[in-house]
Amino acid sequence: MTITMPDVIADTDPRLTTFRRFEQDAAQPKWLLNIRKSGLARFSENGFPTLVHEDWRFTNVQPIAELPFKPTTALSAALPSAKDLERFHFLNTSKTLLVFLDGHFAPSLSTLPVPQKGVLITNFKDALTKVPELIESKLGKLSTIDANAFTGLNTAYFEDGVFIHVAANTAVEHAVHALFVSTGREPGAAAHTRNLVVAETSSRVTYLENYVSLGNAATLTNAVSEFFASDNSHVEHVKFQEESTTAFHVAGLYSESGRDARVWSHSFALGARLSRNNIRAKLNGAGVQAILNGLYLTHDKQLADHHMFVEHAQPNCESHEYFNGILDDQSRAVFHGRIFVHQIAQKTDAKQTNKNLLLSDDAQVNTKPQLEIYADDVKCTHGATVGQMDEQAIFYLRARGLPLEKARRMLMHAFAGEIIERVQHAAIREELDAIIWDRLEEKLATT
Amino acid sequence: MSQPLLQIKNLHAGVEGRKILKSLSLEMNAGEVHAIMGPNGSGKSTLAAILAGRKDYEITEGQIFYQGEDLLELAPEERAHKGLFLAFQYPIEIPGVNSTYFLKAALNEKRKANGQPELDAMEFLTLVKEKMKIVDLPEDFLKRPVNAGFSGGEKKRNEIFQMAVLEPTLAVLDETDSGLDIDALRVVAGGVNKLKGPHNAQLVITHYQRLLDYIVPDFVHVLSQGRIIKSGDKSLALELEEKGYDWITKGEAVAA
Repeated sequence: MTITMPDVIADTDPRLTTFRRFEQDAAQPKWLLNIRKSGLARFSENGFPTLVHEDWRFTNVQPIAELPFKPTTALSAALPSAKDLERFHFLNTSKTLLVFLDGHFAPSLSTLPVPQKGVLITNFKDALTKVPELIESKLGKLSTIDANAFTGLNTAYFEDGVFIHVAANTAVEHAVHALFVSTGREPGAAAHTRNLVVAETSSRVTYLENYVSLGNAATLTNAVSEFFASDNSHVEHVKFQEESTTAFHVAGLYSESGRDARVWSHSFALGARLSRNNIRAKLNGAGVQAILNGLYLTHDKQLADHHMFVEHAQPNCESHEYFNGILDDQSRAVFHGRIFVHQIAQKTDAKQTNKNLLLSDDAQVNTKPQLEIYADDVKCTHGATVGQMDEQAIFYLRARGLPLEKARRMLMHAFAGEIIERVQHAAIREELDAIIWDRLEEKLATT
Repeated sequence: MSQPLLQIKNLHAGVEGRKILKSLSLEMNAGEVHAIMGPNGSGKSTLAAILAGRKDYEITEGQIFYQGEDLLELAPEERAHKGLFLAFQYPIEIPGVNSTYFLKAALNEKRKANGQPELDAMEFLTLVKEKMKIVDLPEDFLKRPVNAGFSGGEKKRNEIFQMAVLEPTLAVLDETDSGLDIDALRVVAGGVNKLKGPHNAQLVITHYQRLLDYIVPDFVHVLSQGRIIKSGDKSLALELEEKGYDWITKGEAVAA
């Protein structure tokens, strides 16, 4: 069988030759190959977005488009040692650790959890052999909501990622920590990581995605995570991104939550030259409470972009978005918050705030709320602020005896702390607090 | 007494070229309560802000001595360390800063500056629980961010609570009574009275004579157009209440 490729891709294009690998792989189920093909089609139809595209007006991905196309097709022969990984955070917050190197599972560096009834936590490839039907019924079901070219690219070329399935009425004992390491040796080296989390009725799980770099090449992480939070489940997702400031990071986080589900989705963006999080949350059962929470700290020429789409498809749901950013030097941040309330979604309570603290005159923020409401009995609010540190508050603290530097620290920490304190998992929250505190102290030491 | 606690000499100050205080002079000793009354725009809050060290004001003439030291040379935090306290007319909300953490840091900065050992968490908590009784604050106050979401009355009580913890030598209360209902006023004034002692002084700035039914001053000063035009004992406040500010400000105009 040959694949009918869209015309825009030439037969000798490395994108095509790389893709043929999957076709020639006997272990590749036909349905999966079809999903990959649809992803490739989506990518080639749309191509990389440009500034003309409304959703990408403020984020120029041309530097990504210009990278050589080099999906990492195998686990590196020269594995880093466990010692090389010691520099990264959260290694002691959980007993479960799945390490991926450039998108490939590294079992020798990982600690899989002690088997627990009703819980399957493993890498995607392994899950494909164990629960193919489950994966077939879920994979790509959420990520096709938009025509995002990066998600298409990921769907076509992904190798591996995290797979979590939690049976009904089961609580996963330890947080699942996935460490995604970009080895960063070669410009253009790309990791198309694919994660799938399925939390059945009344289950509970905490999942930490930790994206880091070992080297400094202009690599690309292009991750897609899909979350199915069934009725009454509690799902907490913490995404921590601290890649090298030469790296590019794009992530699609797609979630669907059922009746009475409680969903926390946190995004901490500290690294990468350009990071873009496409967060799509569909509240698809009555009584869902979703917290979408984020903090970005940027400096030099970094750009951090959060592009939100929260869809209220059922009544009596709450979605609360809180995104704070601290920007220094010539860095930039983009926040686009779209809330869509279906006609049926009465009694929706949707709240969105985006606050930005600029430490430099050259830092820049583009923030844009967008509400589309088709129900008539709803409460939707949004607010955005961009500004310097509050002089009134600094004076108040000084008048109580706190020295200027301490007052500034306290306010900056508070600004970040508002976001950190929403993390439910205590050990992760405490480590985040320490990381962010250190980062801000560094910042203050240099200003 | 060897030297006054506070000495303001011929103070002229303004903001953006506009003169607000014009030759204001005032002397206070330890153990005294002074009230400054005056109509809107007379310069009351400017005086409070200058004493606390707000930068926005330009001082064109005059001096302020606090405990014999040139106050204007000191940063706001240094003034706090030396026992000066301003109860803000509009206390600032600081979301994200925990009240306990903030107040403990403030107290320990002051202790450190005065060569006293810092209080640990337990010692601080014991102290704070004692002080909360003074203004009748619920304990969950301590867990909340500083002033965030507090009602007007709660904010003012919180100011007096902070004053109780920091034990200032000179407390400047800038319209602490404004906007309070009579019950809240009683609590706040009661707190202030409990904190009065032979070694400290209070400068009570108010727009309404009502406050002085609860806080009894030793001296009352009337501030008008940037200077003190009349001083007297508490009977002056009563007279003002009866006759209104016009009684004095008009007389001033005639005298001038």
